[in-house]
Amino acid sequence: MNATTTANGHAEGHAGGHPDHGHQPAGLMRWLTTTNHKDIGTMYLWFSFAMFIVGGCMALMIRSELFQPGLQIVKPEFFNQLTTLHGLIMVFGAIMPAFVGFANWMIPLQIGASDMAFGRMNNWSFWLLPPAALLLVLSMFVPGGAAAAGWTLYPPLTIQQGMGMDMAIFAIHILGMSSIMGSINIITTILNLRAPGMTLMKMPLFSWTWLVTAYLIIAVMPILAGVVTMTLTDRHFGTHFFSAAGGGDPVLFQHIFWFFGHPEVYIVIIPGFGVVSQVISAFSRKPVFGYASMVYAIAAIGILSFTVWAHHMYTTGMPISAQLYFMYATMLIAVPTGVKIFNWTATMWRGSLSFETPMLFAIGFIFLFTLGGFSGLVLAMAAVDVQMQDTYYVVAHFHYTMVAGALFSAFAGAYYWLPKWTGHMYNEKLGKVHFWLSFIFFNMTFFVQHFLGIAGMPRRIPDYALQFTEFNQISTIGAFGFGLSQLLFLYIAISCIKGGEKAPAKPWDGAEGLEWEVPSPAPHHTWVVQPIVK
Amino acid sequence: MSAATGAKNWRTLLRLAAFSVLMFGFGYALIPLYPVMCKTLGINQTGVDDRPAVSAQVDETRSVVVEFDSNVHGMPWKFRPLVSHVTVHPGAITQVSFEVVNTLPTPVTGQAIPSYGPPLAAEYFRKLECFCFNKQTLKPGERREMPVVFVIDPALPKDISTVTLSYTFFEVEGNRRTAGRNPGASA
Amino acid sequence: MALATLAEVAWADYQLNFQEPATKLAREVYDLHMMMMYICGAIFVGVFGVMFYSVFKHRKSSGRTAATFHENTTVEMVWTVIPTLILIAMVWPVTKTLIAMRDASSADITIKATGYQWKWGYDYIKGEGEGIKFMSVLSTPRDQIEGRAPKGEHYLLETDNNVVVPVGKKIRILTTAEDVIHAWFVPAFAVKQDAVPGFIRDTSFRAEREGIYRGQCAELCGKDHGFMPIVVEVVSAEKYAVWVAGQKKKLAAAAEDPQKVWTLGELKQRGETVYAQNCAACHQPTGKGLPPAFPAIDGSKIATGPKEAHLNIVLNGKTGTSMQAFDKQLSDTDIAAVITYERNAWGNHAGDMVQPADVKAARQ
Repeated sequence: MNATTTANGHAEGHAGGHPDHGHQPAGLMRWLTTTNHKDIGTMYLWFSFAMFIVGGCMALMIRSELFQPGLQIVKPEFFNQLTTLHGLIMVFGAIMPAFVGFANWMIPLQIGASDMAFGRMNNWSFWLLPPAALLLVLSMFVPGGAAAAGWTLYPPLTIQQGMGMDMAIFAIHILGMSSIMGSINIITTILNLRAPGMTLMKMPLFSWTWLVTAYLIIAVMPILAGVVTMTLTDRHFGTHFFSAAGGGDPVLFQHIFWFFGHPEVYIVIIPGFGVVSQVISAFSRKPVFGYASMVYAIAAIGILSFTVWAHHMYTTGMPISAQLYFMYATMLIAVPTGVKIFNWTATMWRGSLSFETPMLFAIGFIFLFTLGGFSGLVLAMAAVDVQMQDTYYVVAHFHYTMVAGALFSAFAGAYYWLPKWTGHMYNEKLGKVHFWLSFIFFNMTFFVQHFLGIAGMPRRIPDYALQFTEFNQISTIGAFGFGLSQLLFLYIAISCIKGGEKAPAKPWDGAEGLEWEVPSPAPHHTWVVQPIVK
Repeated sequence: MSAATGAKNWRTLLRLAAFSVLMFGFGYALIPLYPVMCKTLGINQTGVDDRPAVSAQVDETRSVVVEFDSNVHGMPWKFRPLVSHVTVHPGAITQVSFEVVNTLPTPVTGQAIPSYGPPLAAEYFRKLECFCFNKQTLKPGERREMPVVFVIDPALPKDISTVTLSYTFFEVEGNRRTAGRNPGASA
Repeated sequence: MALATLAEVAWADYQLNFQEPATKLAREVYDLHMMMMYICGAIFVGVFGVMFYSVFKHRKSSGRTAATFHENTTVEMVWTVIPTLILIAMVWPVTKTLIAMRDASSADITIKATGYQWKWGYDYIKGEGEGIKFMSVLSTPRDQIEGRAPKGEHYLLETDNNVVVPVGKKIRILTTAEDVIHAWFVPAFAVKQDAVPGFIRDTSFRAEREGIYRGQCAELCGKDHGFMPIVVEVVSAEKYAVWVAGQKKKLAAAAEDPQKVWTLGELKQRGETVYAQNCAACHQPTGKGLPPAFPAIDGSKIATGPKEAHLNIVLNGKTGTSMQAFDKQLSDTDIAAVITYERNAWGNHAGDMVQPADVKAARQ
């Protein structure tokens, strides 16, 4: 892609770049009332990191309990609350907002827009998040404790729970509102505010992946909102959507939930595909191989994700015809996913590679995400899934896609764009240490869980039989290592904000795109006059 | 941002918002769609089965074992089939009975929900008469024998040789002990 | 400290693969999984072989300049088509096994497994042993779970009543549940079937070897999800016949029991055991419960008020809460004993008792 800009675009970029924002309120009010996409992006990123730490602490409590057989640290009912909240907070509080943060910061910069289409709505989307997070966290302290039915919230277990469940349902409603508004904003921005000459097929892949993701979000988040609303009315208003007593069916919940849930999996990972594509291309100093097929593959994955939901439910007792259909459909998704991995490999092939931290995280992403893809293939095979369903194999699988997938790509993106955000280079040496620690401890935590699952250890249990001891211990030690390594990232990010080597407008010689044509740090207002892309 | 772009943005926003509202509705539309899908696929017959019986030839060449199972879901009834299983020819009309006893000194109303194993068999299990079609109210201490008349459709796939018909009685709400759905309430 | 604990644990019994399959289907699943491992392994080595060749050879630091190619339709077609073919090759044998799993031919014995919070109930519905029914509860003592006693060999994978089935016979398992969704999972048979309240599901297995096979509930079902194991004892036809005769005798004995009049001491003693097995998980050994989900019995209105109400809630449960109906789970004697215990344990001193005959009367 050859994006060139007029000198005008540059000049305007500088003009708005003064550090004093005269017309803006200062202090807390600035953040409460801001409509600036960069401010909001920054708030999203900090919020998601805070949630990542909260969810991470829960994970460490879970792993501590599982260090040894027997009940030592937490009671089983509290353990279930921890697994439930860990899941909800990580998916809706950490990963999704992190990528919305990236989207807010980078999409206007990448497509040459001065801001998001709806500034005030953007502000609301963000400020809905903290109350929702608060609801989730505070629900642990109400009588009966937090929701403890797993993040999948299967009834009738959800019917039995206390008011913590209602709080979780409201939190999901609020989080859903937030991400739907965020997505509408992103789609509108991408469709209507692109710089002259920036055709869709010239758009950087990160923006492309977000376009697909945003459509997925507005398609399925309302369905999640609907299904938890049904749970709510089943709990309090005598409806029988999911109870056989009134002609309902508990399995129906699972169908609706996973009709949301499977696209949700791709909502979490697709923006990561975009980040990784750009990072691999930048550090291979070569354009992305098969740009068009990448776009088609993303779109194909997005569409196919609506057709495979019941592969999460092979053991609920569905007829063989349904099992076969969902198995074949799931296999089909492996094809575009494979195409992406081949394309990334071909992008690196005969490039001029260098291995700065973003590149390390991107390669780590491809390597581990492929492993997660393979375990996904194994799980997709209905006959084999009978052994794997609801065991630690599933836990290992989705952590390979969510942690090594989404989280690693978020780190790749963070290191890649930190110079643009802060105006300073981060500490490269520490960045590499952060990668290697994360990589090693991640595998230590989750690779062994494959063995646990294959041997038959069910997930979501606070205590286990003796033959599972060794791998659980390795996993727990790995989890603490992984958790502590993330504090290093916090240190690197803060020192990068505070100071360090001055970053040029384009710190990576192989990088392409409009975002590198504004100065670093990106001034408060950029592309006030839109660039013209040739 | 020019006024034209602003207006265009609003149009996009309204379209997308309408779409997400539509999807919220779609979530609810899945509720009525589900039984239809189930009927087509032959799983989880949740509602009352009101298909007419097929008038088919009795297939003397094969026999199918039909097992009967009974459950009561948190209600004070005793409920059991009077025979545990019968062997029938597909196409032949068969009658069996279930016994139900109300153990409480108050009248109780229940509704039985049928379920089939394998679930696929639901498609081929035609009931001509069944207590599960209606709510049943039992007087205090009443014992009742309730018949089920059924035909197995000869189109039942050849590899299925055992079918289980299971009923679960649920108490109909609004009758007794409807309070206390919230576990937070003290016992 | 971590290392010290590590050293305590024997490193002998971990395993890297499935449990030793005990049915033909489990073996097929085992083989399928191995096949998938080999294929995925080969693809993995292939793809990352290329990538790491690139990583080591095409470095900027070794003076490489980047090529400029960025698409090649032929190559892209090839790597879309070839994976598709591989996937088809993989999916074919899986389809065959899947169809074999749904074998609905006639079974020798049908057993209904009912999931309760948190135990399994079994009814032998058809075949040899018809009419046998029992509850199967975790038999690992609380002391082992809470670390006050050394853990036994089959920690958490042992029950008071095992499911006994004859070897080589086709056993059909119907699953259902009383309260929430559970799942009946025995890895060695490659059997996992959700148990959905209000519906039955079916699955089957034919064990090829005698032995004891252990599994667990595999669907999150609340607090003690980790504490409801499934133990299946596969025995010879002769041993099975003996077991059936023994069970029948037990059932007959239980039916005669209600005639006997028990003393307060006898009932309390028996009640304590019944309480520990059936009630203590929620209401706690101290009777204090875990309010608000699980109310206290110690000092409660029901346990200190009229015994009819107490009898009613134990027999029939409480709709919409975790309090289940125990009428089908426990014998008259056990119910009488546990109610008497609850009314006279901890701070409760009702002084009255419930006789098995009272329970029998209340049931009618």
